Amino acid sequence: MEALTSRSAQVSRKPMSLAERLFLPAIFKGMGITFSHIFKKQPTIRYPEQRREFSPVFRGLHVLNRDEEGRERCTACGLCAVACPAEAITMEAAERLPGEEHLYREEKYAAVYEINMLRCIFCGLCEEACPKDAIYLSETFAPANYTRKGFIYGKDDMVIPNVKTDPEGFAKAKGSPRNN
Amino acid sequence: MTLLVLDWLLIIEKLVLIAIIVFASLGIALYTTFAERKVAAILQDRPGPERAGPFGLFQPFADGLKLIMKEEITPNSSNKTLFILGPGLAMTAALMTCAVIPWGASVQLFGRTIDLQIADVNIGILYIFGVVSLGVYGIMIGGWASNNKFSLMAALRGASQAISYELAMGIALIALLMTTGSLSLKTIVEQQMAPGHLWNIAYQPIGFLLFFICAMAECNRTPFDLPEAENELNFGYHQEYSSMKLGFYLFSEYVNMIMSSAVMASLYFGGYDIPFFNEALLPQNIAALVGVGALLIKIVIFIFIFMWIRWTIPRFRYDQLMNLGWKSLIPIALVNMLITGAWILAKL
Ligand code: SF4
Ligand code: SF4
Repeated sequence: MEALTSRSAQVSRKPMSLAERLFLPAIFKGMGITFSHIFKKQPTIRYPEQRREFSPVFRGLHVLNRDEEGRERCTACGLCAVACPAEAITMEAAERLPGEEHLYREEKYAAVYEINMLRCIFCGLCEEACPKDAIYLSETFAPANYTRKGFIYGKDDMVIPNVKTDPEGFAKAKGSPRNN
Repeated sequence: MTLLVLDWLLIIEKLVLIAIIVFASLGIALYTTFAERKVAAILQDRPGPERAGPFGLFQPFADGLKLIMKEEITPNSSNKTLFILGPGLAMTAALMTCAVIPWGASVQLFGRTIDLQIADVNIGILYIFGVVSLGVYGIMIGGWASNNKFSLMAALRGASQAISYELAMGIALIALLMTTGSLSLKTIVEQQMAPGHLWNIAYQPIGFLLFFICAMAECNRTPFDLPEAENELNFGYHQEYSSMKLGFYLFSEYVNMIMSSAVMASLYFGGYDIPFFNEALLPQNIAALVGVGALLIKIVIFIFIFMWIRWTIPRFRYDQLMNLGWKSLIPIALVNMLITGAWILAKL
């Protein structure tokens, strides 16, 4: 019969030799192996202080982007909500009033924009669907919460801080692991 | 009036000694649990507990607090008296052993010579054997009173294991006693300290190996932890126990480990003897204290070996355990005894 793996070995059924029946040599060998592990490097990452770097394509929490002048890009077109396979996104649109041009880039903007992070599967389809480059998946992840309600992220949680006025908050929201 | 004849100072001295030794044993046992986790972790390339306090040193207190705060559950169908008696007995038996172990030579204090041994019984070894056998009742009663088939099975396993291995242990010990000619631990230690006399391990290497294996079995340590057998008996005899009653069982295991390490160190490794050093060169009190330190170091080394073995070897199957005990250890112990006898005769 053809072997399924190259690592398979035939079971040896020959009677044990005296040294084997004594167990002791094998036990000492085993103890030598465990002892050598004392000097091995620990692969442990001590989590809150140390973090593993995410891969460059990591898809984490969403951020709602701003344009170069710090205005919100989202125009509440709803394409992300349509694209979302988990139906995690809801939004309410509102019309931009005169005098709000420095806040919103388009005439229509999202007054309410919510993503339920418990439903979201972090597939990134919203990011692909958005015609305005308004939504991106960052390199952070949703921290634990006590209630389900706490996982419904609104605009306060997601609109990225302005790079110019709050570079620190911006970097944190972007969540590049090199900043941790 | 007869009371006045008693040496009250002696009683006070002994009580203080008992308190010190019992609390020291408990303290060491506390940190043995910590060491166990640390050693396990390091042998498995992990850091182990390190969050509670510096280097995780407060971990045992956190564990203890957790155990105390847990709900105390007594199963409805259990035998209430025996259920409580079980862990108490296990703990008492574990602690009682420390009475005859010579922890050090004598010190001079307030003009009195104080022996660092609670009782120099002239049949110390027999006393230890008796008490260790009592320890089986802790397991038996606990398993029986739980009214749970896993516990009962574990208790039966524990009892038969302890009885089987006590036999080999006893025979291995007889060979040692034939060479020492004394049952008192103090005398045995002093013999090994005498100039020109090596530690008993040199005269009884096989006996020591047997004794060590049996001691491991008596302490229910892996590879002989069949009464516990997490993965087949759901933690065995203390399955129904919770809170501090469980804590007592777990703790008594560690105390047992310390005591058997102390016994082994005294019997085969010169007890409080400092190797390659003549204690008579130091002032008496300092020599005694250094001796206590030497004994403690020996105990720590033994405990480390216990742990090291635990995290190396898997558990025996039950039939393998019995085969090893009855078909290998006891014959080897008997042969060892005969050889020792012949050797003594040849020397005469
Ligand atoms: S990442 Fe996927 S699941 Fe999450 S909101 Fe975007 S489209 Fe929906
Ligand atoms: S995030 Fe993009 S796709 Fe979604 S509503 Fe806003 S503009 Fe449209």
